Amino acid sequence: MAPNEQTVFQRPSSLKEVPTHYCAGCHHGTVHRLVAEAIDLLDVQQQTIGIGSVGCSVLLYDYFDIDVVEAPHGRAPAVGTGVKRVHPDSVVFTYQGDGDLAAIGTAEIIHAANRGELITVIFLNNTTYGMTGGQMAPTTLPGQVTTTSPYGRDVTKEGYPIRVAELLAMLGGTAFSARVAVDTPKRVMEAGRTILKAFEMQVKKQGFAFVEVLGACPTNWGMSAIEANERVGKEMMDYFPLGVYKDITASG
Amino acid sequence: MKKRLFVKGNEAVAMGALEAGCRYYFGYPITPQNDIPEFMSREMPKVGGTFVQAESEVAAINMVLGAGAAGGRVMTSSSGPGISLKAEGMSFMAGSEVPAVIVNIQRPGPGLGGIDVSQADYFQAVKGAGHGGYHLIVLAPHSVQELYDLTMLAFDLADRYRIPAMVLGDAMLGQMKEALVPHAHQLPEDLPPKDWAITGKGGRAKGNAVKSLYLADGELEAHNWHLHAKYAQLKEKETRFEAVGLEDAELILTAFGGAARIVKTAIAMARKEGLKVGLIRPITVFPFPAEIYRTATAKTPKVLCVELNNGQMVEDVRLSVDPMADVRFYGRPGGTGSLPDPEEIFAQICKHYKD
Amino acid sequence: MKKIIIDEEFCKGCGLCAEACPKQLLKIGSKLNKQGYPLVEIESSDQEKCVSCALCARVCPDVALKITKPEK
Repeated sequence: MAPNEQTVFQRPSSLKEVPTHYCAGCHHGTVHRLVAEAIDLLDVQQQTIGIGSVGCSVLLYDYFDIDVVEAPHGRAPAVGTGVKRVHPDSVVFTYQGDGDLAAIGTAEIIHAANRGELITVIFLNNTTYGMTGGQMAPTTLPGQVTTTSPYGRDVTKEGYPIRVAELLAMLGGTAFSARVAVDTPKRVMEAGRTILKAFEMQVKKQGFAFVEVLGACPTNWGMSAIEANERVGKEMMDYFPLGVYKDITASG
Repeated sequence: MKKRLFVKGNEAVAMGALEAGCRYYFGYPITPQNDIPEFMSREMPKVGGTFVQAESEVAAINMVLGAGAAGGRVMTSSSGPGISLKAEGMSFMAGSEVPAVIVNIQRPGPGLGGIDVSQADYFQAVKGAGHGGYHLIVLAPHSVQELYDLTMLAFDLADRYRIPAMVLGDAMLGQMKEALVPHAHQLPEDLPPKDWAITGKGGRAKGNAVKSLYLADGELEAHNWHLHAKYAQLKEKETRFEAVGLEDAELILTAFGGAARIVKTAIAMARKEGLKVGLIRPITVFPFPAEIYRTATAKTPKVLCVELNNGQMVEDVRLSVDPMADVRFYGRPGGTGSLPDPEEIFAQICKHYKD
Repeated sequence: MKKIIIDEEFCKGCGLCAEACPKQLLKIGSKLNKQGYPLVEIESSDQEKCVSCALCARVCPDVALKITKPEK
């Protein structure tokens, strides 16, 4: 960089300088970056511990320059509980997808939230199981075609998409629950502020903080990156409204 | 005179754990081991430790995974149906080499089965319980004192070998009261440092990863050979057993855990009658003490294996004995009214001694 | 000066940055990187038109863009 230049945007230092295995247009990369930015901004890289989950984001330790434990499918909030109890002054976050968190891991997320575990949970909702090939997820929209709902999700047989941010907001132990999206620059910045808040609340020992992020899975949706990105705003937000559902630190 | 306490077996497990420096316990209620979580919920706060009653056995074992990966001395306890649920986490812990202690106070099965004495889970324990082909260290106490002592040992072995260790008790041992001589735990000075643990990077150049996923070419095979070498080392260095009266034995009895108590009384009855009967009691059932069976049966080729199940450890006995040995079995699977008394075993001794 | 610096090994050619650019300076070209992804491009003459708003970089899932601006 020439001396008369100033950097406006660059890779956060908590994110390793390696290309990811994610497909083109997959929002996992964006959310990884926002998490890494929050870690950098709070200056907690040295005490942050990530809990990886099962799904596309399983290789968390390859991308974040922090300590990482890999959890079995759905169990990251329980693993995070164990880690946090041993190192109460560390910053523990889980990073989970919708199959992991909202299907097989339903019990673990609800009870970790309800105990008010001092951890931060980042939940990427892309309405499908990405890693296993686009099967129906608990968040798959009504009528959505997946590899295991080839005729479209039939709510009379397969039930309804679960709104996790609203669900967790109802629990006594939850300090913060919000839903954001990363499909436009403005929403990415809002998502970044929300994720930062969820980490900051942990640093301030204010309680369990949860951020659901609406993201795209172009490959399994059978769309181009641009089309998939548009679907987030056009289809997902009607069912999964953005907003803060609980914030014990909000005034008034 | 040393202080003697009159203690329930389950409590002895919890006391041994606390003495060994266990400061994290995660569990879920199930009969017949509930005294352990109850004791921990009462005593952990007094020593600045953590007790969490999890939402399920699945959650409990994953909290154990997290705490063990973070470098803590951690324990969970359960019984058959709960151990089945923990099997997933145990496989991950074996794969990612997380030390911890898992206690199984066995009850009869399969399914919900019953709540009384049984050794139904021998196979489950020595085969590791979960998927993927791995082992746990499995210690099989047969008294309240041993529940205490072997729980302490389990923590040290788990840390030394970076492996989950199981204490395999049963409803008889867990629910009975017996004299216990408590003693200070001597932490071995040569335990390896937990430099692999997840603590936050804290200035380390590279982040630590505790994981069981290996995708690169040849990586998983190398990892499995590494685990295999660890099991071989355990067989070589950590095998434990009790052998009694093998010198003049015409018949060798063998039993582990609760069954060995009944067998010991039956052997005393037999000795009184002049029958030369010896005993091999494995204290580690993984690693299995194969060598003592081979040498003892080269001299005394007749073995009667007694178990509180339909025949599980007997398979390991058959694999261990001299090729010419004659291994026989007597067992009952447990359930209300299905616990053999010493007379019943004595009758079996008489039958097999002659025949 | 170059205000948008594209890391060709990280770019996967998804085009989200091009959608985000308020000046429409970015486009997916025909050049491929080592992994076979088509790369985002900017004409060197267009670098001057860039206002360093970094919206492109903020939506890039692969952190393939670094943004600078002249010091005041």
